[in-house]
Amino acid sequence: MTINEIQEEIIEEFAGFEDWMDKYAYLIELGTDLQGLDEKHQTDQNLIKGCQSKVWFNASLEDGKVKLEADSDAIIVKGIAALLIRVFNNQTPEDIMNADLNFIDEIGLKQHLSPTRSNGLVSMVKQIKMYGIAFNHVK
Amino acid sequence: MTLDINKIRKDFPILQEKVHGKDLVYFDNAATTQKPTQVIDEMVKYYYKYNSNIHRGVHYLSNKSTDGNENARKIVQNFINAEHLHEIIFTRGTTESVNLVANSFAERYIGEGDEVIVSELEHHSNIVPWQLVCEKKKAVLKVLPFNDKGELLLDELDELITDRTKIVAVNHISNSLGTINPIQKIIDIAHARGVKVLVDAAQSVQHLKIDVQEWDVDFLVFSGHKLYGPTGIGVLYGKEDLLNEMPPWQGGGEMIKEVRFSGTTYNELPFKFEAGTPNYIDAIGLGAAIEYVENIGLENIDAYEQELLAYATEKLSSIDGLKIYGTAEHKTSVISFLVDGIHFYDMGMLLDQMGIAVRTGTHCTEPIMQHFGIDGTVRASFSFYNTKEEIDALYNGILKVCKMFVH
Ligand SMILES: Cc1ncc(COP(=O)(O)O)c(C=O)c1O
Repeated sequence: MTINEIQEEIIEEFAGFEDWMDKYAYLIELGTDLQGLDEKHQTDQNLIKGCQSKVWFNASLEDGKVKLEADSDAIIVKGIAALLIRVFNNQTPEDIMNADLNFIDEIGLKQHLSPTRSNGLVSMVKQIKMYGIAFNHVK
Repeated sequence: MTLDINKIRKDFPILQEKVHGKDLVYFDNAATTQKPTQVIDEMVKYYYKYNSNIHRGVHYLSNKSTDGNENARKIVQNFINAEHLHEIIFTRGTTESVNLVANSFAERYIGEGDEVIVSELEHHSNIVPWQLVCEKKKAVLKVLPFNDKGELLLDELDELITDRTKIVAVNHISNSLGTINPIQKIIDIAHARGVKVLVDAAQSVQHLKIDVQEWDVDFLVFSGHKLYGPTGIGVLYGKEDLLNEMPPWQGGGEMIKEVRFSGTTYNELPFKFEAGTPNYIDAIGLGAAIEYVENIGLENIDAYEQELLAYATEKLSSIDGLKIYGTAEHKTSVISFLVDGIHFYDMGMLLDQMGIAVRTGTHCTEPIMQHFGIDGTVRASFSFYNTKEEIDALYNGILKVCKMFVH
């Protein structure tokens, strides 16, 4: 699926939630289910700065596709990271670089988007895009 | 006297607001307090009717604004019972007050090998300015530790002090744990060894009556915005003889007597330390805030807040897996806590969805978090405009969050 198709899918899923409790319960579920990162990847280099919680993103390039893994000590943040992985994992560096993210807005997580917000959603997206740029360069 | 909380709440327009469609429950009072209309109106009045740059003005408006500013200074003087009006210096807040003292005091009194003592309970703003000047002066920063209840190890203070110690900088009340420190004893111990004391009262002027003469404290600093006043205004109290001996910190207008390229002379206290156009409207707002608080009465405020603290401590303690950090015998209305298996940030975010405002993280006190081996806490801090019903809402909110986490 393309990045946009996955975004559409997520938006539809979230449209089904009646209230904030359901939405956050789902994020908690996603966070709980996301396979974490090996301790060896929980490095300072992979740590995204400026968050109240710790978030790590690890990326590698396999057959021209970016493989993403993430972890966080806060479950909701990990749930948000899981959504980002769903959108960006297995995409090409170029598609990641050029992606236009609209799902965050649409599913009502926009309040977490402003650059000074402590969960660092902006920093996570920035980091993933940086990986895209870096791998595109390598390619 | 019992407080009429419903009436008091009407003084604070923001408390009527809805957040995410729910009634706002504001439990972030240790970060900043809300402002009563009495404060907002007073400031608006000055902007509408009297605004003009103060001091040396020849015209009506300038005199009005100057009077407002100097009247506010008088209110602050009475509030902390300073001996002299000119011992009250207006700053931007606690942080700026500490920086002013650290820099100016160090310039005059601290040299290579001298020592400054802070406590392990301090807010970063009473640590970092001292680290900076110690680095500059090649002085040594020493730390007075606390026990696992969050109480300072007072017995160790006397041992920490040497004949090179120049100043002890300590807070009256910890913003993270709520501990009320035994300031009188600290001052007595320090003074017996000829050491000066700065007290960070950012978390105490809104709860407890402070008398700087009774304490015989050398410097006292606090912020207006935690005392129901505006942001951007704070106070430095210093003893006259010290302030007179200390050099100016910032240069500019207002703080000079005569400016010559051959050498400038400085204005007298307090203006020597108030360079540039003062923040007189906020000073006037601070004056109004102090009058508001004094009208209600700090004793009444403290009694009611202690009631809230006892109620909340009991309720929250009954929650499975909830641990309170900061269990000192003498505490103000602050509860820092964690629930097993739930990150403070998740807790804060979910409570927010229920309209409950708490603070999460390190609360600018990383050494305290390191002491407990944690990354942060959830902190609920109560003010006299809060109610037991709101504490029930917090209690139920935490239970709800806990339920979301057991699957
Ligand atoms: C104990 C204590 N000291 C200092 C400060 C700093 O105050 P301000 O940010 O108003 O300068 C605070 C406020 O967070 C505090 O709680």
